[in-house]
Amino acid sequence: MIYTDLMIIGGGPAGLSAAKTVSDYGVKSILVEKDRKLGGQLVKQTHRFFGSKKEKAGMRGFTIAQNIENEIRKSGSSEIWTDSTVLGLYEDGVVTVLRNGRMEKIKPKKIIAATGAFERYLAFENNDLPGVFGAGAVQTLMNVFGVLPGKKVLMVGSGNIGLIVSYQLIQAGAKVVQLVEAAPEIGGYLVHASKIARLGVPILTSATLKGVYGNGKVEKAVIHRVDERFNPIDGTEEEIEVDTVCLAVGLTPLNELVRMAGCAMVYSGELGGYVPLRDDFMQTSVNGLYCCGDASGIEEATAAMLSGSIAALHACYSIFPDIQDYQEQMQRLQSALTELRAGPFGEKIRKGLSRAVVIKNA
Amino acid sequence: MLKKNGVACKEEYMEKLPSDIRKERGPFAMIECFQRIPCDPCFYSCPIKAIKPMSDINDIPRVDFDKCNGCASCVVKCPGLAIFVVDLSKSSGKAVLKMAYELLPVPAVGDEVVALSREGKELCKAKVVEVRDGKINDKTYLLGIELDREYIYEARAVRVVDSDGK
Repeated sequence: MIYTDLMIIGGGPAGLSAAKTVSDYGVKSILVEKDRKLGGQLVKQTHRFFGSKKEKAGMRGFTIAQNIENEIRKSGSSEIWTDSTVLGLYEDGVVTVLRNGRMEKIKPKKIIAATGAFERYLAFENNDLPGVFGAGAVQTLMNVFGVLPGKKVLMVGSGNIGLIVSYQLIQAGAKVVQLVEAAPEIGGYLVHASKIARLGVPILTSATLKGVYGNGKVEKAVIHRVDERFNPIDGTEEEIEVDTVCLAVGLTPLNELVRMAGCAMVYSGELGGYVPLRDDFMQTSVNGLYCCGDASGIEEATAAMLSGSIAALHACYSIFPDIQDYQEQMQRLQSALTELRAGPFGEKIRKGLSRAVVIKNA
Repeated sequence: MLKKNGVACKEEYMEKLPSDIRKERGPFAMIECFQRIPCDPCFYSCPIKAIKPMSDINDIPRVDFDKCNGCASCVVKCPGLAIFVVDLSKSSGKAVLKMAYELLPVPAVGDEVVALSREGKELCKAKVVEVRDGKINDKTYLLGIELDREYIYEARAVRVVDSDGK
């Protein structure tokens, strides 16, 4: 059995920020990441980040991940386990991890679950045909491995992911033939939409994908218009010659681990699905178990980083109540997060949080 | 319809311009940011504080045209690539447009490129008059193109014609 102060599950934006905060206080921790490399979604983000300059906006995602990782490694108080998968959280507080073909047992004082999210899929004719990708897979192929998934692409979804991945496809040399969005208006930031519109990507709202067709692979797609209730409108079918369809239709929190530990959960469409009930410090209904980042509700990476830091700071403070600047730091993080969610894009999040954040404690 | 296809209409972008007399006086930044989003790097990028302070991070940035000298520091820092510098003060009678550029190939000063509209439609030919290397700004290049004045508020991107005529 390995004993440590804190265990952080997931090395994406939330988990990395949590590990960084823990390192700042010299608290011992183990950061577990199932991939070979830390960074989660950040490693695929070649664009500059939005958000507050103070919270690393303006930097490219992969640079942010690299910088935080360097700081964690420099401090040396956090062990980093990559290529390692958490198998379970148990009632007695033991965490089991598969690492180098061995099952390790760890007993941390506190656990932070930053397990991220998974992509939603879409039902349409022949959706198992080769050439249909999720946006995350397209980003991994292009931006991590340098492989272009196709040349003529139909993008489905106009949230920030659909808009940004369209831009990245153009940068990589592909042609984004069409972008369709089922809602009547563009979902993501309009500056991202304008960025691809001026490079010739036609964006069509109130339209979606009917099906893809081809001999063994995607050779064409058929799109059609939908009404306000997303019902297809007859006679609006349009054929588009593409070899790739990229689905960017949203994310769902990935939080089976905390559910396994018995956390009280609540369904929130605004936050992307089932999320754990928690207090202002991201602590769930299970004492000492925190959940942050997309696993606690789908938001932007900047929000994930802040929620990771909040969870870690509170966890450290619970173990070591003599932390000098706790109040000041917590105040800073909380107000940064509140400010980030204050605009019109935060409305949905605020609504979701009004039901998910229910437990108040000191 | 900006919210439907990402293309700002004339009424929307004309609001981002200074007075007619200021326009002729020298280069200025035109921030085509139309929506409240949590973002503030432009404010911090300006070396002379010509972008007005925001009361909250969701505020839409506004330029103080009395201070702005069109240096283009903000152009390469905006994550939305939404800032352009417009210069109508050239003695040549031509206008100069500066924009961020993150594609390949990167053109050279003197090259002829095709200017594109907000919808990506070909507008006119333009000449590259400035290239600020991406090395100094995390791979985002700054391009300055010279074009006829009538296209200055319409041209917002370029297509680079490479040597094999693509």
